[in-house]
Amino acid sequence: MTNMLEIAGLTKLFPVRNRFGRKTGDVRAVDDVSFSIEKGKVYGLAGESGSGKSTIARMIMGLAKPTSGDILLSGHSITGETGTRAYGRKVQMVFQNPGSSLNPRRTVGQSIAVPLAAHGTPLGEHKRRIAELLEMVQLPTDFALRYPHELSGGQKQRVAIARALAVAPQLLILDEPTSALDVSVQARVMDLLVDLGQQLGLTYLFISHDLSLMRNFADTVGVLYLGKIVETGPTASVFEAPQHDYTRLLLASVPVISAEEEAMRPKIPLIDGEIPTAEQLIALRDGATPVSQRTET
Amino acid sequence: MSDALLAVRNLSVQFTTYGQTNQVLKGVSLDVPARSQIALVGESGSGKTVTMRAIMGLLRTPPAKVTSGEIFYDGHDLLTMPTKERLKLRGTAMSMVFQDPMSSLNPVFTIADQMGTILKYADRRLGRSRGNRERMARVHEVLGQVRMRDPERVSRSYPIMLSGGMRQRVLIAMALLSEPKLLIADEPGTALDVTTQAQILKLLKDLVEERGLALLMITHNLGVVRETSNYVYVMNKGVVVEHRPTADLFEAPRDDYTRALIAAVPRLTGGTSFGKAGAAA
Repeated sequence: MTNMLEIAGLTKLFPVRNRFGRKTGDVRAVDDVSFSIEKGKVYGLAGESGSGKSTIARMIMGLAKPTSGDILLSGHSITGETGTRAYGRKVQMVFQNPGSSLNPRRTVGQSIAVPLAAHGTPLGEHKRRIAELLEMVQLPTDFALRYPHELSGGQKQRVAIARALAVAPQLLILDEPTSALDVSVQARVMDLLVDLGQQLGLTYLFISHDLSLMRNFADTVGVLYLGKIVETGPTASVFEAPQHDYTRLLLASVPVISAEEEAMRPKIPLIDGEIPTAEQLIALRDGATPVSQRTET
Repeated sequence: MSDALLAVRNLSVQFTTYGQTNQVLKGVSLDVPARSQIALVGESGSGKTVTMRAIMGLLRTPPAKVTSGEIFYDGHDLLTMPTKERLKLRGTAMSMVFQDPMSSLNPVFTIADQMGTILKYADRRLGRSRGNRERMARVHEVLGQVRMRDPERVSRSYPIMLSGGMRQRVLIAMALLSEPKLLIADEPGTALDVTTQAQILKLLKDLVEERGLALLMITHNLGVVRETSNYVYVMNKGVVVEHRPTADLFEAPRDDYTRALIAAVPRLTGGTSFGKAGAAA
């Protein structure tokens, strides 16, 4: 089976400059990341802020240029492809906050019509296609005439999904698609994403910090920590038997609602401070007192 | 009337905007006994924040209007007491930890400036006074209580120099400055990463237990409810739909809304299946 997306040795460095604009070093935002997603599967990237998960999404979308490494879509390198319409027809993205990713001055229909027009759907077919897309995301077709401010958060996110699906992409990048939503609304949007994935044979790259959500949605997960994938594997095995100390720390930090979940959480003391360094993690594993990596200034 | 530290009785609040009146709270009652850990949970629009603001006296009137009900603190009705009396309680006997540490701190003053000012006015309202040096000593003491390793250095910092977790701890320190008996926390840690959030929740829990405070935790996250409270009020559309000991709520929720809410939470153990196939199973 061919992989929909294959990423090999992906690295992104951001230059650090001093106050005179001279380069003094690099931040390794993404550091030699490799993973692949089979067609029709969900790959989950889990990580906290600063882990590099959004930078990876931006590089796949062509919004940022990798320093080194390869991104292959259906076996072909995307270098030189990104930014073209052909590429946009294959890969689309749903952003975190639908309140800011939808243009407030466009009606829902106009928003969905933008990708349709850009990708050459004849004007006469727009109306029919918009209605079709709205139905796909389970919204009434008369929503096409409404403005984003008339919709709830969950409805707005459905519109954002409809817009991403307008060009019938193969790969959909979901960057924290439900983190701005209430939990009951989140469940409905996740239902929709699962159904659409099955109906349309979509491949998802799911980016999230919510491990409980990841457990129930992703087929495979990769745990990102300071730009590196420290652990990857089938979701169930990573969650049930985490190998890396950072994965254990993440799991131990999730607030849960049942005794069964509590039983599966690793029992380790929580670290006092920010994202822990490698030394801290080792100290934790050895049962030593956690030390803070961050100097308090 | 009950002997709880904080007792809300049949509180109704309406908002009038552009001539339209909305009943936002419809007869909310809740009790926060001394030294208890109570959670108030609900989704957006449930009225949990309005309840909190009414308790703290932070509702802007108009558009808000308390149409009925009482809020007793230590046996005194906050809604009918003279403003001067009420101000003596706010920030002193009852304090609040806000959600977003960046927007609750002033970016152009140091932590010491901001905490010193709070303490100065709290003292003034209580008819106390202390010198600058004593005040700073108290600020450093409280920063130490929230597990800052170097309180002096933190107090000289501007908010932007601190990480998100440290800012949240500064906010907790601010709330503790005048030794309140009741701490109201509005979604603390929601803006933070999971590992940092876990630390903040643990810190709050430890502080509340150490210092014998009562905690009213306002949150939308059922996991946070389970980790930080022993009694919980569930709100939906301006009504308390269910209140029970926290353990009971998760064991056997009674109300339909609560049941649906608990069912919607994805589980770390898996088994929450999304999609039509999952719903049918």
